[in-house]
Amino acid sequence: MLWVWVFFPLAAGAAVLPEERADTMYHSYSGGGVTIDGPSVLVRKNVGNSLSLSANYYVDMISGASIDVEATASRYSEQRDEYSLGADYLVDKTTLSLGYTNSSENDYQAETVSFGISQGFFGDLSTLGLRVSYGSDDVFRNGDDNFAAQAEHRRYSLNWNQILTQKLIAELSVETVSDEGFLNNPYRSVRYQDPDSGTGFSYQPELYPTTRNSDAVALRAKYRLPYRAAIKGEYRYYVDSWGIRADNIEFRYTHPLEEKDQWILEGKLRFYKQSGADFYSDLFPYINATSFRARDKELSDFSNTSLGIGVSYVLPDRWSLLERKNTVNLYWDYMLFDYDNFRDVTVHGGGSDIAPGEEPTYNFGANVIRLFWSIWI
Amino acid sequence: MSRSLLLLSVAAGLLFLQGCTVTPWVQPYERHYLADPIMGFERDPVAAGYMNHVYEAREAARGAEGGSGGGCGCN
Repeated sequence: MLWVWVFFPLAAGAAVLPEERADTMYHSYSGGGVTIDGPSVLVRKNVGNSLSLSANYYVDMISGASIDVEATASRYSEQRDEYSLGADYLVDKTTLSLGYTNSSENDYQAETVSFGISQGFFGDLSTLGLRVSYGSDDVFRNGDDNFAAQAEHRRYSLNWNQILTQKLIAELSVETVSDEGFLNNPYRSVRYQDPDSGTGFSYQPELYPTTRNSDAVALRAKYRLPYRAAIKGEYRYYVDSWGIRADNIEFRYTHPLEEKDQWILEGKLRFYKQSGADFYSDLFPYINATSFRARDKELSDFSNTSLGIGVSYVLPDRWSLLERKNTVNLYWDYMLFDYDNFRDVTVHGGGSDIAPGEEPTYNFGANVIRLFWSIWI
Repeated sequence: MSRSLLLLSVAAGLLFLQGCTVTPWVQPYERHYLADPIMGFERDPVAAGYMNHVYEAREAARGAEGGSGGGCGCN
């Protein structure tokens, strides 16, 4: 990191604390037979001139049955509660950040602590941020009191934000993640060819490596158009030690309808594509065929396309609480997942004569809703 | 002798650093477009954090989400 301090000498600038605001959101993801929804409340408030505190309460409530549950009757927890606390301390042109997150399910407990530092350079044309976090998880399996496992996660990220012209700003992000411990889902199974089974295949538990290291690099830019609107472009490339390669690209268009920002419209398009893990297979040739094995569709070869629209509305004064700026916001995203080598085994439920490995590949669409109310406090 | 070399090196290093000090090419009073709320990479942290969580839960890729990202504390 030395080069950073050599080539970016300190210059006068004005770092600022994040906005003081309270957000209350209802979120919903619905697709593939599953609905996950719940509230999220985020409050951020300054104490004095240099300290900003934040707190977030977030809930995922899960209902329905995904294709994995339908195929192997594996169980999932029904609710996840997450609490986060954060503090940002401004010292001259430097912001120091501390964070703590606790996530709790009936079969999964996770704690994460993080530390970050960011600094403005070149009269605040450049801002460099570094962040490290450490997470520790306890994994359990419902219905099996003898099962308990641990996992650790370490993340190191660097963000370089750069003003390029009066209308163009860019950001380079790099992040390394290192996982160690029990990394697979204790309920999920892989399938293998089994001539003795009526369907021609059977299931056995997944088995993942106990380490995973990944690197991601992203470049994003935002440009102010000749009229009052903005476009954003983003590209990210990802690679990990499990043999997964992924990249995604996103475009976003933001358009206020009036000078006073009463309505702000937004449109988004995103493409994602990945190649699967080395130890992924939809159908292994026999039991214990490989040292590691997965049939988790998130580790397969697949792509997804997302289309999103959103609107933000500033409430008139007569409807605003606390006599402050209030907004209501609604965003809708549609995501279409298309799997290349994850097959839909539910076709066998009706007594199909399709041979194992010849089933149609799986695909599904999901609707993602974010509805929130914000108050600048 | 070695002390002179050290002093010379430090002086040369300081001159080098001085040469690297670039005058900001966009002055603070020229940043009204960038100060517009629509120019933030993410205007609403609560909504941006949620979308990162949605992607991370269903895609193998993770990380480098930018200033608003940083993991969800879950697996």
